[in-house]
Amino acid sequence: MSTESLALPATTGTAPPERRLAGDLAIWVFICAELLAFAVFFVAYGVARARHVDMFNTGQLTLDRNAGALNTVLLITGSWFVVQAVARLRGGDPGGSAGRLLLALACGGGFLVVKVFEYKAKFALGISLSTDTFYMFYISLTFFHLMHVLLGMVILALLWNSLRRGPGPTTLSSLESGAAYWHMVDLVWIILFPLVYVMR
Amino acid sequence: MPFQSQGVAKYYFMAAIALFAGQILFGLIMGLQYVWGDFLFPAIPFNVARMVHTNLLIVWLLFGFMGGAYYLIPEESETELYSTKLAMLLFWVFLIAGALTIVGYLAVPYATLAKYTGNDLLETMGREFLEQPLITKVGIVIVALGFLFNITMTVLKGRKTAISTVLLLGLWGLAVFFLFSFYNPVNVVEDKFFWWWTVHLWVEGVWELILGALLAFVLIKVTGVDREVIEKWLYVIITLTLVTGVIGTGHHYFWIGTPEYWQWWGSIFSALEPIPFFAMTVFAFNMVNRRRREHPNRAATLWALGTGVMAFLGAGVWGFLHTLAPVNYYTHGTQITAAHGHMAFYGAYAMVVLCMISYAMPIMRGRAANSNKAQVLEMWSFWLMTIAMVFITLFLTAAGILQVWLQRVSDTPLPFMVVQDKISLFYWMREWTGVVFLIGLVLYILSFFVKGEEQAKAA
Repeated sequence: MSTESLALPATTGTAPPERRLAGDLAIWVFICAELLAFAVFFVAYGVARARHVDMFNTGQLTLDRNAGALNTVLLITGSWFVVQAVARLRGGDPGGSAGRLLLALACGGGFLVVKVFEYKAKFALGISLSTDTFYMFYISLTFFHLMHVLLGMVILALLWNSLRRGPGPTTLSSLESGAAYWHMVDLVWIILFPLVYVMR
Repeated sequence: MPFQSQGVAKYYFMAAIALFAGQILFGLIMGLQYVWGDFLFPAIPFNVARMVHTNLLIVWLLFGFMGGAYYLIPEESETELYSTKLAMLLFWVFLIAGALTIVGYLAVPYATLAKYTGNDLLETMGREFLEQPLITKVGIVIVALGFLFNITMTVLKGRKTAISTVLLLGLWGLAVFFLFSFYNPVNVVEDKFFWWWTVHLWVEGVWELILGALLAFVLIKVTGVDREVIEKWLYVIITLTLVTGVIGTGHHYFWIGTPEYWQWWGSIFSALEPIPFFAMTVFAFNMVNRRRREHPNRAATLWALGTGVMAFLGAGVWGFLHTLAPVNYYTHGTQITAAHGHMAFYGAYAMVVLCMISYAMPIMRGRAANSNKAQVLEMWSFWLMTIAMVFITLFLTAAGILQVWLQRVSDTPLPFMVVQDKISLFYWMREWTGVVFLIGLVLYILSFFVKGEEQAKAA
């Protein structure tokens, strides 16, 4: 590592860029609580798996990893559009921002469609919450996450509507809050997918 | 007070306090029966004392909530109540119906009461906390509908605020979930399953919305902090409450014949139920620290802070103590539950009603706050009742731990009644602490009659 990179930046007399929390503090409290809820769920999954490794491994092999991977791509792409929506609004382009939100919503919609097909295939095999502990966790975790995708989509739709009607003084903060929430939904999936579908 | 019609709250508050006193007296009778089995037998058997103790609690809290709503809604909506006459009529209907029900419990055997009140038409009696005769239950529905009509119309004709919306949501939820008290399936599993839809979804669901709204209202008034800030917190708290509390119902479905997944769902979601209570405590202290005015009513501020802390301890911490299925396997239905029930009801609901009364009563009596002397007495009553409740909870917890050990965990488990005898020391200590609680309550009531130099007139 070069010594230059460790050196303090030269003081130019200008104030350092202001560090500010994107979005509203309340949404961050909410996001932390949501992450805690999922964390507890994941820990419970880990504890249950440790006690029934074979059952979990057998169950995991029956899951549709391709559908899971496709959904991962959809959610990450959705997040990318949301990032763009925030950037566009910061750049003074509310129309472009609203368009990006629509694309993000389309990604969310795609996630729902894939999930419906995935569930349909599983339910057709007679799998339910009471089949065994693995499927109990698979259905509970993915369904709980799905509800969050839906809530995230409702939030994005509301933001799209407010952008379409013309942004006000608080629109950017609201958009940042909504974007943070959407990224949380994304983040949880990025942990959930490998944990439940892939890791052995 | 800004609106004349807010004055109806005074009647509701007075009735609430009177019934509260009744509840505590029956609590003391029952507490004594734990250690002196035939005390007052056969006049007041234990099961009757228990029924009166818990039913009075529910009814006085309902009086408190209704009084709170009648005071809060006109002020939030910036308009007079839709109908003051209806509010007064319903007050007397509810009070008389409630009093007759209690007299019925005490005067005749429960089975006879059931026969006289048409329980054979629709069997709703005999279930814990929902023991009320059919006619009383119908009466409660009528009063609730009239009350909801009255306040909803008031909100509709006036300003709509986050606080009034949350309060309405809570009160409508209260009425809707009470309807499950009429549904009494023959299948015992279904019976218990839906029984919790009234009991749990009240206290760990919609009542928390009422609690949040009343607390937010008092905090706006005593701290002068911006409404936007307080409303934002309120929304976060109620969302957390509903997310954790609704599926948290599962912690009652561990051992009643419901599918096994409830053990996971119930454990995970109810383990998170302390979070909204913790947020409420942080919220109350944060708002008071950021206050923009020194409100002369310091007693009301004390109750507001107290309810946050005690609800977190009683509902949050003591609830968490036995909410995980592997723990609850041993603690189910022991004194641990009783410990949690006492502190949770006091901290979350009794205290928020007392907070509302503390804030509103002086204003309805024509002053912003009571005299210093009266407030000091009220604060003494706050500390006496609260500390007494902490010790009641600790003694019951100790009794519960011993009970679990001797009766369920031990290699040589003892029968229920043998264990009850062995832990009687804790029941005695709980009874004496109950007497201290009663002294606190008497001081509280006396504080309404203390004169002294008057504070500034209410605006």
